[in-house]
Amino acid sequence: METRSSSGASVAGSEAAWSDLRAIVGAEHMRAATPNDAVDGVQPQMVVEPGSPDEVARVLKTASAAGLQVLPRGGATKMEWGNPPRGGDLILSTLRLNRVVEHAWGDMTATVEAGCTLRRLQQTLAEHGQRLALDPLWPDKATIGGILATNDSGPLRIRFGSLRDLIIGMTLALADGTLAKSGGKVVKNVAGYDLPKLATGSLGTLGIITQAIFRLHPIPRESRTLSFSASDNTAMNALVLAISDSALVPTGLQVCAADTSLPEIDLRFEGTGAGCDAQVSQAVRLAAGCRQIEAQPDVWNAPVVLWDGHEPSVVCKFTLLPASVKTFFAKVRGVAEQAHLRWRLVAQAVGVGCLRLEGDGAAPDVFPSAIMELRQDLESHGGSLVVLRCPLVVKSKLDVWGSPGDALPVMKSVKAQFDPAGVLNPGRFIGGI
Amino acid sequence: MEARILDQFRAVVGRGLITEPSQLHTYECDGLTNLRVLPLAVLLPKSTAEVQAIVRICSREKIPFVARGSGTGLSGGALPIEGGIVISLARMNRILEVDIPNARVVVEPGAINAEVTQRVAPYGFFYAPDPSSQSVCSIGGNVAENSGGAHCLKYGFTTTHVLGLEVVLPDGSLVHLGSRAVDRPGYDLPGVFVGSEGTLGIATKVVLRIVKKPEVIQTLLAAFNSTNEAGAAVSGIIAAGMLPAAIEMMDNLAIQAAEASVHAGYPNCGGLLLVELDGPAAEVEHLMEQVGEICTQCGAWEIRVAQSEAERAVVWKGRKAAFAAMGRISPNYLVQDGVIPRTALPKVLSEIERMGAAAGLRVANVFHAGDGNLHPLVLYDVRVPGQEDRAYELSVNILRLCIECGGSITGEHGVGEEKKMMMSEMFSEPDLETMQLVRCAFDPQHLSNPGKVFPRTPLCAERAGPYQPHPLETAGVAQFF
Repeated sequence: METRSSSGASVAGSEAAWSDLRAIVGAEHMRAATPNDAVDGVQPQMVVEPGSPDEVARVLKTASAAGLQVLPRGGATKMEWGNPPRGGDLILSTLRLNRVVEHAWGDMTATVEAGCTLRRLQQTLAEHGQRLALDPLWPDKATIGGILATNDSGPLRIRFGSLRDLIIGMTLALADGTLAKSGGKVVKNVAGYDLPKLATGSLGTLGIITQAIFRLHPIPRESRTLSFSASDNTAMNALVLAISDSALVPTGLQVCAADTSLPEIDLRFEGTGAGCDAQVSQAVRLAAGCRQIEAQPDVWNAPVVLWDGHEPSVVCKFTLLPASVKTFFAKVRGVAEQAHLRWRLVAQAVGVGCLRLEGDGAAPDVFPSAIMELRQDLESHGGSLVVLRCPLVVKSKLDVWGSPGDALPVMKSVKAQFDPAGVLNPGRFIGGI
Repeated sequence: MEARILDQFRAVVGRGLITEPSQLHTYECDGLTNLRVLPLAVLLPKSTAEVQAIVRICSREKIPFVARGSGTGLSGGALPIEGGIVISLARMNRILEVDIPNARVVVEPGAINAEVTQRVAPYGFFYAPDPSSQSVCSIGGNVAENSGGAHCLKYGFTTTHVLGLEVVLPDGSLVHLGSRAVDRPGYDLPGVFVGSEGTLGIATKVVLRIVKKPEVIQTLLAAFNSTNEAGAAVSGIIAAGMLPAAIEMMDNLAIQAAEASVHAGYPNCGGLLLVELDGPAAEVEHLMEQVGEICTQCGAWEIRVAQSEAERAVVWKGRKAAFAAMGRISPNYLVQDGVIPRTALPKVLSEIERMGAAAGLRVANVFHAGDGNLHPLVLYDVRVPGQEDRAYELSVNILRLCIECGGSITGEHGVGEEKKMMMSEMFSEPDLETMQLVRCAFDPQHLSNPGKVFPRTPLCAERAGPYQPHPLETAGVAQFF
């Protein structure tokens, strides 16, 4: 009986390819995949761990030639993000690419391999009082490559921007084995197309990031966090808008809200002690309409906390115009009540946040209509709602990404140029890319 | 150009069609005036629909087109193409929408950079990218070039502040890239469109993010005996963990020119440093004291701090006029734009001095010292036989020096026509072929500003081959750019 892999490559063909791959990475860096390696129900056959950018490129070239589909993986913290893959024969793990290649502290840049965890990078940078000004989810496990591929970010982005504002150079291994560099080691550089931005947030569908170069920032001398409780959404909104319209320069401004509690606003200042203190007193004056509460030490970890709770649940990323936070909160409340769902959310003032809906024992099929209603509301005002984690059955009923808009044909052309055979993460990205 | 095609263009833009050679000369070059090409026609559309109609005709008739804003670019990005037309966006210059609560402004591409700030200043906001030409340059041109300015050290470049774009693709279709909100799902197409130098299509609307004005702005001027001393102060400031809004440096020749031109009252010194801090008053005052101390330790013999808007304007006047001021001390000059890792500054400056002396030419240096963006100005006299050629050679060699130090051939002026051959020295063939994949996705017919940015036109059907190390890498000269 002729068996075929998920991508349709014949087993005999695959056997030859496995042996070629073994020769590239060494037998000790390749193993049969287990059910733990499955991605949204798609079971790959092998896990391959190349040890250098060159090996990544050769693995991809060999896989492409053999018609094998590749699912890239870093720390495996976000493997459920995206639509279920159309297929996947091998997991390409970047975990052996874990070096901080260079910390040019005088130039405030760092070159790091894709499989290095953010924590490890930050520890290295801290030796010279610097940091990558980014605070995405799960820094202990999440790798630079995975954080880039998912364009993850956290509260710091209000001051330092997101990855697109921090990445200055990248090496990308394409499906055909091309290893291409773009950008560079200098912060200011307009030579050629900005591929680091294009690859950021592309969920590994254009190539595998092997190395990244970032601009860095100094670790602040002092930091102060303030928390406020608002009596309702109007008071919450008034405070957030007042801070945004002031000369204050926070490095964190987030709102936490839930079905069972009043909205809370967390605010952080960093810099010199005098600068922080002056800003704190200004902020307290602005917040006269809210009640100051004791700031918990882990408030900036709120986006992580959102991932734990009762199941079944759906965790979504939403984006919106900063001034429409209040109306969105009301919409969430209305939709959740109607569907008998519990909810919690954390919103960053720049207009991006995370929402958790919990079923409280209900069947998962109540989720899709709630998600669609919220998504429609956000999309009609220029925002978006992307489902990050949900029961697999929910994924079968909706596209996790939402509407791709009229630029989808261009996105498909870009994909067709970079990965014409659809080797990398097939079907997981927006619009079936 | 065939009459039947001109008729089609005329049907779209009416009197906004220029074919008179005497009028076409206005469009034969941009700010890089030594390269000139006369276009077959110039079209001045007034709406997105007109731009679309023009581009559809170009697509059907295979006519290359170049979009043009105010024509202030310095790398020949808006240089017309032989046998092509120019689409000037000068008449699409409205600020369409100002949304203060969300800090967004929507503009047409011909809107002038400084007018955006003027429009939002009453609300306490500003538009951060501030190229020296900001009083005349257009947002569309800024988008094409990913323009920077003195304050991008802290505030970022045009790409940092562009959230969404309405774009007419080279086949005439209309698409919306990005959004008013951040992180639109899908590929970051605004990220790759901004800075693509007009090769991926024409932006017809731009959603900009504006920034709240800082509580205070202070500008310090420090005079040193040499650029090395001034450079050491820059390192000291960075090492102290500060992120100034701007750090600018000028050498003696640049100071002399600025003085002759705008009488900024700069001290006559070997290296002048201009450090601007902004933010909360308590923070700025404290840090400015430290900046002063660092400068003194590094040998500054005169320090002035401008506090008021008027005092700051005087301090900046000389710096912003520096390029044009060269005309006061030299009949001709070339403006260069290279980037180096900041720590390479002393080495690069002494090397530029040596190279200039060997070529028998003077080089004035003006730079954004905080981010290592150099603007060497190579002075020459075209009437002296051979001097112009030597000036070009020196200018190119300065860029090679930037590449050798791990830097870039352009920090903010763009590659355009001027530096496209240098791209092969900065990037390997597979690097360039991979970038060109984007070009093939957007413009497979190569009609939108063809022949710019890259040394060769790609064959879109062909795919890039496997990685080959760059010659400089194999030679151990450069590692990873």
